[in-house]
Amino acid sequence: MAAPGGFSGTDFKQEDSVFLGFSKAQLLAFAAMVAFIVISPFFLYPVFLMKLLCFALFACAFNLLIGYVGLLSFGHAAYFGMGGYLAGHAAKVWGLPPELAVLTGGAVGALLGLIIGWIAIRRQGIYFAMITLAFAQMVYFFSVQAPFTGGEDGIQSIPRGKFLGVFDLSSDMTMYWLVAGIFLIGFLLVHRIVHSPFGMVLKSIRENEPRATSLGYRTDDYKLMAFVLSAGLSGVAGGLKSIVFGIATLTDVFWTMSGEVVLMSLVGGLGTIFGPVVGAAVIITMQNYLAEFGAWVTVIQGVIFVLCVLAFRRGVVGEIGNWLRVRL
Amino acid sequence: MEEILGIPMPLLFGQLLLGLINGAFYALLSLGLAVIFGMLNVINFTHGAQFMMGAFVAWMLLHYLGIGYWGALILAPLIVGFTGIILEKTMIARLYKLDHLYGLLLTFGVGLIIEGLFRNEFGSSGLPYRIPPELSGAWDLGFMFMPVYRGWVVVVAIVMCLATWLVIEKTKIGSYLRAATENPALVQAFGINVPRMMTLTYGAGVALAAFAGVLAAPIYSVNPQMGANLIIIVFAVVVIGGMGSILGSVVTGFGLGVVEGLTKVFYPEASSTVIFVVMAIVLLARPAGLFGRS
Repeated sequence: MAAPGGFSGTDFKQEDSVFLGFSKAQLLAFAAMVAFIVISPFFLYPVFLMKLLCFALFACAFNLLIGYVGLLSFGHAAYFGMGGYLAGHAAKVWGLPPELAVLTGGAVGALLGLIIGWIAIRRQGIYFAMITLAFAQMVYFFSVQAPFTGGEDGIQSIPRGKFLGVFDLSSDMTMYWLVAGIFLIGFLLVHRIVHSPFGMVLKSIRENEPRATSLGYRTDDYKLMAFVLSAGLSGVAGGLKSIVFGIATLTDVFWTMSGEVVLMSLVGGLGTIFGPVVGAAVIITMQNYLAEFGAWVTVIQGVIFVLCVLAFRRGVVGEIGNWLRVRL
Repeated sequence: MEEILGIPMPLLFGQLLLGLINGAFYALLSLGLAVIFGMLNVINFTHGAQFMMGAFVAWMLLHYLGIGYWGALILAPLIVGFTGIILEKTMIARLYKLDHLYGLLLTFGVGLIIEGLFRNEFGSSGLPYRIPPELSGAWDLGFMFMPVYRGWVVVVAIVMCLATWLVIEKTKIGSYLRAATENPALVQAFGINVPRMMTLTYGAGVALAAFAGVLAAPIYSVNPQMGANLIIIVFAVVVIGGMGSILGSVVTGFGLGVVEGLTKVFYPEASSTVIFVVMAIVLLARPAGLFGRS
């Protein structure tokens, strides 16, 4: 069980795995999610859905760190944004096909995560959050000045190209299926990591790090590995987003983006496997409908933050799971 | 023109002075963060927004009530400090029993609300605030002109930091505060109202941020984003200094301001990132921070 007020979702008894490490309830939820992904582009705008899936993947990557290792990174925009820049640069300037461009983004995210994570894991808790935030701001200042990012203009008109040299991605529907596929692979990867023996060690670090150390685990190595995985997946999400929209800008490396991904995970439910997806859907939909109200979006996001922390710490999925007595 | 290391003296000293002024704000803000963190175990992410509120309250006092700089220097910290007390009473106090990270998330959210509200009301272009006539003009120091107001900011910041240090280290209230930081349960058992002390400490830390905001109003334009970007640098300052000692955070604040100013002279491209580089080096060499206790 999580400690009272612990920084994680509610843990119920480990249920038997039915399929792919999913419990029965999780399998139902997963089937519902896949069904939604398959059906939705026929009645919702595909570009909006692609944006949603990119952010859902980003939030899943972030949740791997906060929900299962208990590390609050307040600088995930750095990996997301840099992944976006490098994927855009790779596709536009180097002429790489989209699949390799997105992988470049992931590799850059992971590399950046390795460097920043290696330094940041020396401190815990609040300090860890401040250090990751500070380094992300450094990456932001770097992006403002570096020539390849295009400064205030960003990288524009990034070509979508042809997936595997065959499927022309300039059609939104073709692009959508690629995004959906990458999202599902990323989602299952996070799920697999969490339920592997490696993931069990991560959770033990979350619950009681000194005890994990005393059992002989090198907790710093595990934390760093989780950090690199999370940063790499964030880079993939950022790269995917810049391929979809053909643009990579400073917005994606700014600290507000780091705050948004924290908010998505918090709204959906920290430490739940479906929470980040639901949270991303809620926040992106809200931004979409409130875009014309300008700074009110910031105010509403702040209000949601406050409400979640004060009254709603389990998040949407966490509350549903608690109500049904299952882990989602 | 005289030169040092091939750099014209006015440029060198000009940047050094700018560095000291930035350092004054780093010191005042990291001091407030350290005092709040020591007592409440909360990293006050709203600090930047409260700094910005200090500047805006000064502007509003002038434009709506005709109260000038000197009045604002007293009133704005009191007003903003009072909003801080309400915030602590109604929200932050509910989180003490939970993981400390929730305090960070809550204050981050409150910061977003405040910033968004001010941006709705005043736009993001910034409002001018004039230097008070008593402090306008400049002194000729022989090698450079020093604007009187900038010298005033540095001096007042140092005095304010010393006063805070004196209150915490040398007065009865300060000794209660230090004792409650070490062991709140025991201090409570001696009949001291620890929850009220926490509320007042938060209010005082916030008032310090607002005071810095009033000082900043004539130098930077008063705009809703003025605190948000500053506070991230202040976080780096706090990590470098460690939050263990009051004087430590003051020295680190001024020191890093000067380092930043010198970088602007010798290698301007790195001036926006140098503090973060220093943070990385300090974390590698001394993870607890320069003045921190691990």
